[in-house]
Amino acid sequence: MIVENSKVILSVKNLTAEVEGVQILKGVNLEVKAGEVHAIMGPNGSGKSTFSKVLAGHPDYAVTGGEVIFKGQNLLELPPEERSRAGVFLAFQYPLEIPGVTNSDFLRLAYNTLQKQKGLAELDLLDFDDYVQDKLKVVEMNPSFLSRSVNEGFSGGEKKRNEILQMAILEPKLAILDETDSGLDIDALRIVSNGVNQLSTAENCTVLITHYQRLLDYIIPDFIHVMESGKIVLTGGKELALELESRGYDWITEEVKV
Amino acid sequence: MIDLFVQDLLSQQPNFDHAPAWLKSLRANASDRLNYLKFPTTKDEEWRNNNFSELKDIALTTVDSIVEEPITNPIHILDDHILPESAESLITFIDGRFSHEFSALEGLPTGVFIGSFKNFTHLGIDLAASLFPHIGKYADPEDFFVALNTACIDDIAVVYIPKNLNFAPTLQLLFVSHQGSISQPRCLIIVESGGSLNLVESYIGQDSPHFCNTVTEIYLGANARINHTKVQRESDTAIWISHCAIAQERSSSYTKNAIVLGAKKSRTNLQVQQLGEHTETNLNGLTLIGGEQISDTHTAIAHNFPNGNSQQLHKCIADERSHCIFNGKILVAQAAQLTNSKQLSRNLLLSPKARIDTKPQLEIFADNVKCAHGATISQIDADELFYLQSRCIDLESARKLLTYAFAAEVISKIPVDSLRETLSEVVLAKTH
Repeated sequence: MIVENSKVILSVKNLTAEVEGVQILKGVNLEVKAGEVHAIMGPNGSGKSTFSKVLAGHPDYAVTGGEVIFKGQNLLELPPEERSRAGVFLAFQYPLEIPGVTNSDFLRLAYNTLQKQKGLAELDLLDFDDYVQDKLKVVEMNPSFLSRSVNEGFSGGEKKRNEILQMAILEPKLAILDETDSGLDIDALRIVSNGVNQLSTAENCTVLITHYQRLLDYIIPDFIHVMESGKIVLTGGKELALELESRGYDWITEEVKV
Repeated sequence: MIDLFVQDLLSQQPNFDHAPAWLKSLRANASDRLNYLKFPTTKDEEWRNNNFSELKDIALTTVDSIVEEPITNPIHILDDHILPESAESLITFIDGRFSHEFSALEGLPTGVFIGSFKNFTHLGIDLAASLFPHIGKYADPEDFFVALNTACIDDIAVVYIPKNLNFAPTLQLLFVSHQGSISQPRCLIIVESGGSLNLVESYIGQDSPHFCNTVTEIYLGANARINHTKVQRESDTAIWISHCAIAQERSSSYTKNAIVLGAKKSRTNLQVQQLGEHTETNLNGLTLIGGEQISDTHTAIAHNFPNGNSQQLHKCIADERSHCIFNGKILVAQAAQLTNSKQLSRNLLLSPKARIDTKPQLEIFADNVKCAHGATISQIDADELFYLQSRCIDLESARKLLTYAFAAEVISKIPVDSLRETLSEVVLAKTH
């Protein structure tokens, strides 16, 4: 939702970044305020996923210029764990499997690390279990998933639900969802979207990275940005998604060239 | 030409005068073989990664096992290693000598014999009929260290479970090495047809250089089941060589979880023979070492009959300048049609100076079988680290958690709660 006079949470100015010497981001500008939902769309290879990984601090991507200010703080000088503790959350396109670590141990470790950072009490096994039970409802997840190894043997939909569960537990200020809709059937898409919508408040903000308009039927964005060749080339309201769906991305590519 | 090292060792052997004739002749035959068997060197293919020649230079002494007085100096480390699950089913050998004080074997069911062979002999219990068909029959007699062990048999840790008996308590065999010494434990585990056993074999040592050369022979009758956990937590100055030979009759099931954490140099030989149809073998192994440690594991599973199953997961974690070696053979004889065999060797290098050698070997002579094998050697995955970091966890803790998780896959298979918990803690502490 667009809130009058709300605070800027994320401000990206002229961000450039490369991976293995190849420049991918070529000057990205974006401002996201509290309460807002932004969608970044664009053809494959336009730099959408790179942008999300750069924000989260993936070590393979080198920032070569520009700035990223998150809640008044220079995000680029923080290691990934400091960024997540500060309130940046990246829901992965391909969540990793960690055999040997149970989901509940993993979630509790992440949660307690954050509690410690905030100077709050860490939760023991039982208290954390109570805390998690409520969060499970957000993504309609069966408690049996807690005792399984992180993402091991999970279906595509279960992995994405697990990402949103982590988001529910960590309560980030900025959630970046990287292709969260990919590989989801219609029921899983509904559940995941419901989860994201429930977690969206006037205090936090969401950036959806997606290739398809489909997700935006469930999570209504306030702004849609189109990324092309490492830049945001077009910004509009939610109606832009429908135009992209019917006309594709080619016309934008053409316009950018002109 | 007999090796001087061997000569020295044999000359120190006490004479077990009451030993029955069959045991004396077993020892004599092994002594004879030592006349031509050579001390393995790195020129031998099976030993090329691990050199034990320093054994010859170390002045070690065997404990005079004729002395019958109980060992009085309390060995503090013992208490930490006795499993609460085995409070009433425990055999302890200290420096190769049976310890009455630290063993607990009261109230065994009729027909079950667990304890020291020597002790049974003293009590006038003749186990020859049960033991003789098995002792020395499974461990490769042509192996130098097996021959050395056999030539020096003084006592035997005997476990005999009769037909159709389910031995419910967890049985622990605890071998303690203590001060500069050589110990050569010998175990004979027999579970007759339809019987079952949950066994933990533990090796621990105090901080002193010593040499432990152990041989364990295991026989499973038809339909018998054994779950066997072997834990080696020797001191970091010890040299430890272990042979374990398993013979499985038809439809029996043998599961092993072998954990190697200690010793400066260690070598594990594991040989399984399937002697009947529908036999199942599960081998899980974890080697976790650091410093200058070297650990070498050689396994062989021989499928000789149709419809056999085997599954093997071996994991190595090498830190600092350590070196892990794994060599896993699967043999499928012509007759062993419809064998289903899976082997996976997964290895984790934690430091640039650490080294891992892995060699899966399949020899298949049957044409209708399913055999899968794989080997991976990797460092901790950068993407996995990033995933954890993006969930608030710092790099150091993430590294620790992923290393622990790698090890936990094997440890979680151990069916004894207290041991599983202890080893989890040990692994967590080691993965700093």
